[in-house]
Amino acid sequence: MSLLKVESISKSYSAHQALSGVSMEIPEKTIFGLLGPNGAGKTTLIRIINQIIEGDQGSILFDGAPLNLEHIKNIGYLPEERGLYKKMKVGEQLVYLGQLRGLSMKESSKRGKAWCQKLDIIDWWGKKIEDLSKGMAQKIQFIATVMHEPKLIILDEPFSGFDPVNANLIKDEILELRDKGATIIFSTHRMESVEQLCDHVAMINKSEKILDGSKADIKEKFRDGTYLVEHKGGELKSGTGFEVLNAEEIGRNLTRTLVQYSSDGNPNDLLKELINQAEIHSFVERIPSMNDIFISLVKGENPELADA
Amino acid sequence: MNKIFLVIQREFMSRVKKKSFLLVTILVPLLFPAIIGGMVYLAIQNEKNKELEVVHVLDESSILNFEDTENYDYQIVDGPLDSAKARFSKSEDFALIYIPKFELDKPEGIRFYAHTSPGVNLVGGFENKIEAQIREIKLTRSGLNEEQLEELKTYVQIESFNLSEAGDESKSDSGVTFGIGYVMGFLIYFFLFVYGAQVMQGVIEEKNSKIVEVIVSTVRPFHMMIGKVVGVASVGVVQFVIWMVLISVISFAGMAAFGLSMDPLETAQMVQGADGASSIQNNEKVQEMMAIVSDIPITKIVLLFVFYFLGGYLLYGALFAAVGSAVDTPADAQQFMMPIMLPIIIALMGLMMFVFPDPHGNISFWLSIIPFTSPIVMMGRIGFGVPVWELALSMVLLIGGFIFTLWLAGRIYRIGILMHGAKVNYKILAKWLMQKN
Repeated sequence: MSLLKVESISKSYSAHQALSGVSMEIPEKTIFGLLGPNGAGKTTLIRIINQIIEGDQGSILFDGAPLNLEHIKNIGYLPEERGLYKKMKVGEQLVYLGQLRGLSMKESSKRGKAWCQKLDIIDWWGKKIEDLSKGMAQKIQFIATVMHEPKLIILDEPFSGFDPVNANLIKDEILELRDKGATIIFSTHRMESVEQLCDHVAMINKSEKILDGSKADIKEKFRDGTYLVEHKGGELKSGTGFEVLNAEEIGRNLTRTLVQYSSDGNPNDLLKELINQAEIHSFVERIPSMNDIFISLVKGENPELADA
Repeated sequence: MNKIFLVIQREFMSRVKKKSFLLVTILVPLLFPAIIGGMVYLAIQNEKNKELEVVHVLDESSILNFEDTENYDYQIVDGPLDSAKARFSKSEDFALIYIPKFELDKPEGIRFYAHTSPGVNLVGGFENKIEAQIREIKLTRSGLNEEQLEELKTYVQIESFNLSEAGDESKSDSGVTFGIGYVMGFLIYFFLFVYGAQVMQGVIEEKNSKIVEVIVSTVRPFHMMIGKVVGVASVGVVQFVIWMVLISVISFAGMAAFGLSMDPLETAQMVQGADGASSIQNNEKVQEMMAIVSDIPITKIVLLFVFYFLGGYLLYGALFAAVGSAVDTPADAQQFMMPIMLPIIIALMGLMMFVFPDPHGNISFWLSIIPFTSPIVMMGRIGFGVPVWELALSMVLLIGGFIFTLWLAGRIYRIGILMHGAKVNYKILAKWLMQKN
C-alpha cells in the first residue's frame, strides 16, 4: 500500500524544465530516500507535494485521494532552508506552527511541551529563538515538523547543522516515528545516512527520475560480479571465467586483489580456482555502496543502467 | 479563513508585545502636549521677564513724543548726531533713534542704530509708533478728531454658509475646515508610510529568516500576505485609538494645570497679553468658532477617516508587501519604492496646492476620485462639503483599487517569497505576475 502516489508530474519555469513526467510510489511506513544532485528538481517535487506550488501536469494521490488542502494537517515538512521567527519565544513558536497544521491551541501547547521534554530542551520553552544556537533552533524545527503526528514527514537534509551526538538523537527519533507508522521522505546528499536509514530510494537527475526501488533491489541490480580477495603468496592470475582487475599490498604480507567474475556465476567455483593459486584470507563480493551508485549514475558512467 | 486569523493574531501580538510599541504608544501622546505646553509656557515667561530696554532718542524735529512703555525706557539725548552716536556706542543701551527735521508729508532720514542687527518686527514697531504720531499731528491740523475718523470707517464681515440640497444651511469657516482637512490628510499620509514600511520590513524579515517555506506549506501565500497586512493594520488602529484617548486626556489635564483654555485663539491672546476690550470682542468670535466646530459632523468624519485609512492602507500595504517579497534586503527595496511613494507624495502636494485654494476645482475632484490619491485628498476635501455622489464614487473606486492591488501584489508575493538571491528588476516582476502557480 502506498501512502503517496506521484503520477507523471511535470513542471517548468519559463525556459527551465524542473520536472518532466516524474512518477513514483512511496510505500507506507517506510523511509523513502529522494536523491539527486543539486538542481535536479528534488525541491520542486517536494514543494509540489507540499502544495506550495502546482505542477503543470500530472496528479498526486495522498492515501488514495487527490492531494488537497485538507492534507496539510497530515504532512510535516522540514525544508532545507530553515528558519524561525527570531523574536518569538520557543513555546509561542511551536504553538503557532502546530496551530497552522491544524492543532488546537491547547493540544499544540501540550504536544510541544511533551516533545521538548523528550528531547530534554524544556528549559528553552520561554527563551527567544535569537538567543539559541543553530543546533538548538534545528531541534525546535524538528519538533515543529513532527508534533502534529503527520502521516507523511518530509525531511530535506535533516542532519545538516547537527553535531554527531544530536544527529544520532534525531536519527533515532526518525526511526521511532517510522516504527510508529509514519512515512518519511528523506532528501539528502549524505549517502551514509541513506545507507543507514532508507528502505526505498528514488533518484532524480536533470528533471527526470533515473532510479526507483527498494534499497536491497537496487543494490542487487548494481552488483557487477566483482570480488575482493585478500591473500598471501604471489600474485593472482586471470583464469577461465574471471579476470584480475588490480592488486595492492595491504601490509602483513597480504595482497588485496579485485577480481572480475560474473554476477550470476557461483562464487564457490571462483573460490576453488583461487585456492589453487594462493592462501586465501578473505573472500567477499563487492556490493556497491549507495555512494558508488549515486556517483556512477550522475556522472553517466552507466548510461545503459540509466533506463532501468 | 481560520489560518488567516492565526496569521493576523501572530502579526498583531508580536508587534504589540514589543517594548518599542509600548514606548512609542505612550511617549507620543505625552510628548506632543509636553512640547506644545512647554512652548506656550516659555513664551509667557519670556514676555513676563523681558528686561526694560533703554532707547536713546535724538529728536531734532521736536514734534514727536516718546513716552516710556513697559518694555522701553526712552531717553532724550542731545545732538549733534555724531556725539549721540559716540555716546551710544560706548553705552550698553539697546538702541538709538535719530529723527532729523522733516516735513510731515515726507518723513525721511530717520535712522535706527543698535549694537546688533534688529529684527524686522522691532524696527516695524518703532515705525508704527512714529507713523501714529505723525497721523495724529496731521489730524489735528486738518481739524478732524478720532471720533469723526472712526465714524468714517465701516467694517464688513461676510459670513459663509453651506447650503445643502434640502435647503438646510450651516455656517462654514474655511479656517476650521482647512484645519480639519490638513490634520486628516496628513495623518493618513503619515500612517500610509509608517505602517506600509512595517509590512515591508516584516516580509523581508520573514524571507531572510527563511521561515516562509514552512509557513507557505501550511498557508496559501495570498492568505499569508493578507494576514500580515491586516495584522499590521490592526496594530495601527489600536495605536491610533490609544493615542487619541491619551492625547485628549493629557491635553485636558495639561491645559487645566496651566490654567489655559482649550481654545487656541484664547491661548494666543493670553500670550499677547491683550487688553480687556478686544478680549470681549474676541470672546464672541470664540463662541462663534465653537459653534462652527460643534456643527462639524464629527462622527461622519471619524468614520470616513477610518474608511479611507483602511482603504488607502490596504491599497498601499499590499504593494509594500509585494516589494518586500521581491527583495532580500531593505536596501534592495529602494528601487521599487519610488513608484509607490510618488502617488502618496503627489496626493499630499495636491492637497496643499489645489485642494486648499480650490476644494471643488477639477484637479481637486480628480485627485479625490483616483484611488491612489483619494485617501489623502478626500480627507482634505471632506470639511469643505463634498457631494454624496462624489464621495460614493471615490469610496467604490478605492475598494476596487485595493482589491486590484491585493490581487496584483499576491501574484508577485507568491513567487517572490520563495526566491533567494535573485536579482530582481521590473521585467522579472512582470514575468512573475504572468507566471502560473
